[in-house]
Amino acid sequence: MSQPRILILRAPGTNCDAETAFAFEAAGGKPDVLHLNRLLESPQLATDYQILCIPGGFSYGDDVAAGRIFANQIRHHLADAMQEFRAAGKLVLGICNGFQVLIKSGLLDADDAHGPSASLAWNQSHRYIDRWVDLQASGANCVFLAGIENLTLPIAHAEGQFVARDEATLDRLEEAGQLVLRYTADSNPNGSARDVAGMSDASGRVFGLMPHPERFIDPTHHPQWTRMPVGKEGAGLKLFRNAVGYFS
Amino acid sequence: MLWEIDVHPRQGLPDREAEKVAALAAELGIAEKLVVCTARGFLVEGPSLDQAQVDRLAAELFGDAMVESTVAATVADKCLQTPPNGSGTLLHVLLKPGVMDNVARSAEMAARDFGLSVDAVRTLRKYWIHGASEQQIQEIGSRILANDAIEQFVVGPLPFDRLQFGSEYQFELKTTQLSGLDDQGLRQLSLQGQLYLQLAEMQTIQQYFAELGREPTDIELETIAQTWSEHCSHKTLAGRIAYRDERGERQFDNMLKETIFDATMQLRDRWGDDDWCVSVFKDNAGIVLFDDHNNLAFKVETHNHPSALEPYGGANTGIGGVIRDTIGTGMGAKPICNTDIFCFAPPCTPSDSLPPGVLNPKQVMHGVVGGVRDYGNRMGIPTVNGAVYFDERYLGNPLVYCGNVGLIPKEMSFKEPKPGDLIVSVGGRTGRDGIHGATFSSAELTSESESLSGGAVQIGNAIEEKKVLDVLLTIRDRGLYTAITDCGAGGFSSAVGEMGEEIGAEVWLDRAPVKYDGLSYTEIWISEAQERMVISVPEANWEELRDLCAAESVEATVIGKFEPTGRLVLKYKDQVVADLTMDLLHNGRPPVIREATYQPAPVVPIVSTAKENYTDDLKQILGSYNVASKEWIVRQYDHEVQGGSVIKPLVGINSDGPGDAAVVRPVLDSRRGVVISCGMNPRYGEFDTYHMAASAIDEALRNCVAVGGDPSRVAILDNFCWGDCEKSETLGSLVRAALACHDLSLVLETPFISGKDSLNNEFSYFDESGTKQTIAIPSTLLISAMGQVEDVSRCVTMDFKAEGNLLYLVGTTKDELGGSHFTLVNHLEGGQVPTVDAELAKQTFASLHGAIHQGLVASCHDLSEGGLAVAAAEMAFAGGLGAQIDLSALPVDDTSLSTESRLFSESNTRFLCEVTPEHADAFEKQLAGIPVACVGQTNATAQLVVKESADNNSLIDAHIDELKEAWQKPLNW
Repeated sequence: MSQPRILILRAPGTNCDAETAFAFEAAGGKPDVLHLNRLLESPQLATDYQILCIPGGFSYGDDVAAGRIFANQIRHHLADAMQEFRAAGKLVLGICNGFQVLIKSGLLDADDAHGPSASLAWNQSHRYIDRWVDLQASGANCVFLAGIENLTLPIAHAEGQFVARDEATLDRLEEAGQLVLRYTADSNPNGSARDVAGMSDASGRVFGLMPHPERFIDPTHHPQWTRMPVGKEGAGLKLFRNAVGYFS
Repeated sequence: MLWEIDVHPRQGLPDREAEKVAALAAELGIAEKLVVCTARGFLVEGPSLDQAQVDRLAAELFGDAMVESTVAATVADKCLQTPPNGSGTLLHVLLKPGVMDNVARSAEMAARDFGLSVDAVRTLRKYWIHGASEQQIQEIGSRILANDAIEQFVVGPLPFDRLQFGSEYQFELKTTQLSGLDDQGLRQLSLQGQLYLQLAEMQTIQQYFAELGREPTDIELETIAQTWSEHCSHKTLAGRIAYRDERGERQFDNMLKETIFDATMQLRDRWGDDDWCVSVFKDNAGIVLFDDHNNLAFKVETHNHPSALEPYGGANTGIGGVIRDTIGTGMGAKPICNTDIFCFAPPCTPSDSLPPGVLNPKQVMHGVVGGVRDYGNRMGIPTVNGAVYFDERYLGNPLVYCGNVGLIPKEMSFKEPKPGDLIVSVGGRTGRDGIHGATFSSAELTSESESLSGGAVQIGNAIEEKKVLDVLLTIRDRGLYTAITDCGAGGFSSAVGEMGEEIGAEVWLDRAPVKYDGLSYTEIWISEAQERMVISVPEANWEELRDLCAAESVEATVIGKFEPTGRLVLKYKDQVVADLTMDLLHNGRPPVIREATYQPAPVVPIVSTAKENYTDDLKQILGSYNVASKEWIVRQYDHEVQGGSVIKPLVGINSDGPGDAAVVRPVLDSRRGVVISCGMNPRYGEFDTYHMAASAIDEALRNCVAVGGDPSRVAILDNFCWGDCEKSETLGSLVRAALACHDLSLVLETPFISGKDSLNNEFSYFDESGTKQTIAIPSTLLISAMGQVEDVSRCVTMDFKAEGNLLYLVGTTKDELGGSHFTLVNHLEGGQVPTVDAELAKQTFASLHGAIHQGLVASCHDLSEGGLAVAAAEMAFAGGLGAQIDLSALPVDDTSLSTESRLFSESNTRFLCEVTPEHADAFEKQLAGIPVACVGQTNATAQLVVKESADNNSLIDAHIDELKEAWQKPLNW
């Protein structure tokens, strides 16, 4: 297959679309940034793409709760299109606000009789925070994390605390190999259960994470780059290469 | 039917809001150990809504069952009042009618997306407070929970069962009688109508209408007042001033033009073909060249008066407003980063010492930081630079400076509306918010301002502005409009008036989309509702433009036409409500003539006794509010969005050291960077505002140079915040600062490209004895610098990099402790204030830049508050390394310079540089002719040791962790 096409979906308040498109392009993909209104009008537009990415930002202002309104629009209007997209073996990535949207729309873990089983809540500090964190990937199953063990990336969010309904749910997700990205123990910035920074669905092709890989594409993004030899690229790029490479 | 859905923290999870309220009640001395429970509430109105539907909304929209529980019922239902933990008095806090409720608007749309019939949504907050008396409840309501400028609180059940949003407006043309009024009458009319015009101006207006043989309509008076306001016309500083100081007298016809603008014009002439300024002092922001394809626009504004009354909303709309300035520059720039500088009273100010009408400084700080955070972060613009200054005199009048840099394609840097173009409003709807902001910001604050001018305070909606920005950049690139400007102070009045100045305009006020019914034609015209831009659109492009906006859910409405009449004609449903000549508005204001005097204070020597050890002095300066770490603020701002972050605000081995300036790369596939920094020294103004201004310019530049910025490509902005300039000494101190700006700009070849002033920053109140007291802010000049760097990989940071490196001090240390932080922490008076040798500064900046550019410098930090000792300490703890420094090696102008001066003098144009031994020769050669000396070395001891010379006792000896703790502790909230 030739260059995969990436649909970068922006809603009112999405604000990381440009740099996310740049990252996919740097990884060899062919991204288009599309307004959510277009997809709501014509859900079949998604069929032209191999990768769907919901980038970071504050969709609909994060009013009511982060990602909630966008997620409900997916639930109400795009459920079939999403099902089809996944069934076709394609990839879905949600970064930060995109992760909040994915988890609240049930695309990472389907609802059961009691509704959703996991969510992203306010940081324990009850404060927005921008800092870099150390991460560990255990994503044998996750397409995006192939070959990645340790990673340093920035987070920038207020509502990134991973919460689940109960311990049993956490155990289930853990056993299914879905808790694929974690903060190192002393790096958990928001009180996330089991240090979870990102999770995938059972197939490993739908993935959401709070940290921003598109903010570590250039070596000068790293907060200590003036203290180290300047490399060729930032470590976040690998994640986008994995996604693009999946189709090449 | 009106339903209410309450969202509570789930049982067993912490109630953060409740903890905050209880802590604040204790801190403000209202009540100890309160038991508080809170909930977020949503009032949802819909004629056919039933319990099942509302329960569904509660579960799927409003609450998150993982962490929250919900209660949903009709509004009078007792279950909504039941205290979650058994007891407590219920308080509701609601936004006042007409105040922007962003969450409600989104919720309305989201609820309808369920296919439900929802008329309106309103949000509220609920508090159950146990353990407080009735009076304490009132006090908690008014001092902690609700800000009277925008919110109301209700104790007990809600007193309404439906949501009301305005009633229909009945048109009635209002005129004001001017004929026959004497001077007293004119003065009174100006004050009562909140016009804030001076007598001579009122007389001119009276004369104008006498010649027309009619009385003005209310909207005509408002239009003139807004156009002639200090905020919009800068009549004081651009006016005639007779200035006198110790060197003699000088007459200005237009003070700003003859000082600051003049320096820029001279520089542009001098540069000729190499002129890199593009558009200065005329558009909403100044523009300079950047790369082959793009220019940069830069503007800094203040939003002081609104922030004093409602810190969150004031700062929120302050940042929103300055972002619109760059969006409204040329044909529209894309915002790439923000800079925010605040001045507050010390946060430790006891609540019981506050004058009436003044908010607690800590609350002000929380509100302002929150306002900037929520707007900047939501807009997706990194906030990369800032500073916070503290002084008791900012108590009633905090300062909030918000700045924005925009990237604009070269060919889009200019605009010109054409006769016949449609006047189109894009973005937010018009409401009653922000009425009289332009005239209000030109008035002195009083303890009653809160109730008198409540309408001037508002809340922003960042997502609306983001939507407008997204769609505007698309339609800009399609060439569908000929000019753009923002609706700022003065609303449509200001935007249309400025845009149509050379042509003439007719506006159809009834066509402007409004948030709710009941707005009069005048309110529509002068409303300062946020998130609105005005563009001029050739008729042929209108439909395409309207459709593009609609595709992104942005409202665009034709509200008038630029008609080549030279007149401003306003209509409401075909009735003419105003008809004025553009000439009256823009050239009719009588010149303001003012006296200005300045007498610099004589230099009085500092009386202090030498100490054997200065470690405690160093720690005290590190822990002083101005110097202390601002990490609590910085981490709440997204400083990396847009993916171009190069040098972050906090740097070093643990990302917690104070960087000198921020660097961003606005074009992701390019290595070229933009450097943002600032300089400000209100304390020096007590000594001489000339040296204060010179020092601020030097500081802004050296911050820029310290990270690798090219000093020959730095553009700067001035923002004067001063007291009442009708007082000749106050105005004199400002003119003197402007003279320094002129002089320094010319020698350093650093052009001013834009600026703004905010005068009348004074707060009056009546004390317990009934005597009027006035607090004027210290004269505060902010210099903001925007530099450039060819290749960001040459940039350096201020943290020590490795042991065994040499430390060079660049620049001469002088006996300049006047206004220093050493005198501040030791409560000393007098001394010589730092001065600038501009010629030497220019050479120093150029030489040092060369060294950084060649890769000869491992780390570099500018010397500012606290001088050498503070700079060395910051570099050491940021790098996790120790150092030894010998004071005898310092380049000085007088070998008898005291130890205190060597350690703590704040002499300008100085840097501490870390250089590896192998680069030492090249570094020294590169800095030939500049005062520079090797003064020490880094080491692995984690100990900072400063001695007079190698074999003396230590003057400072401290572990870097101790120093860091002293620096981090005060504002580590």
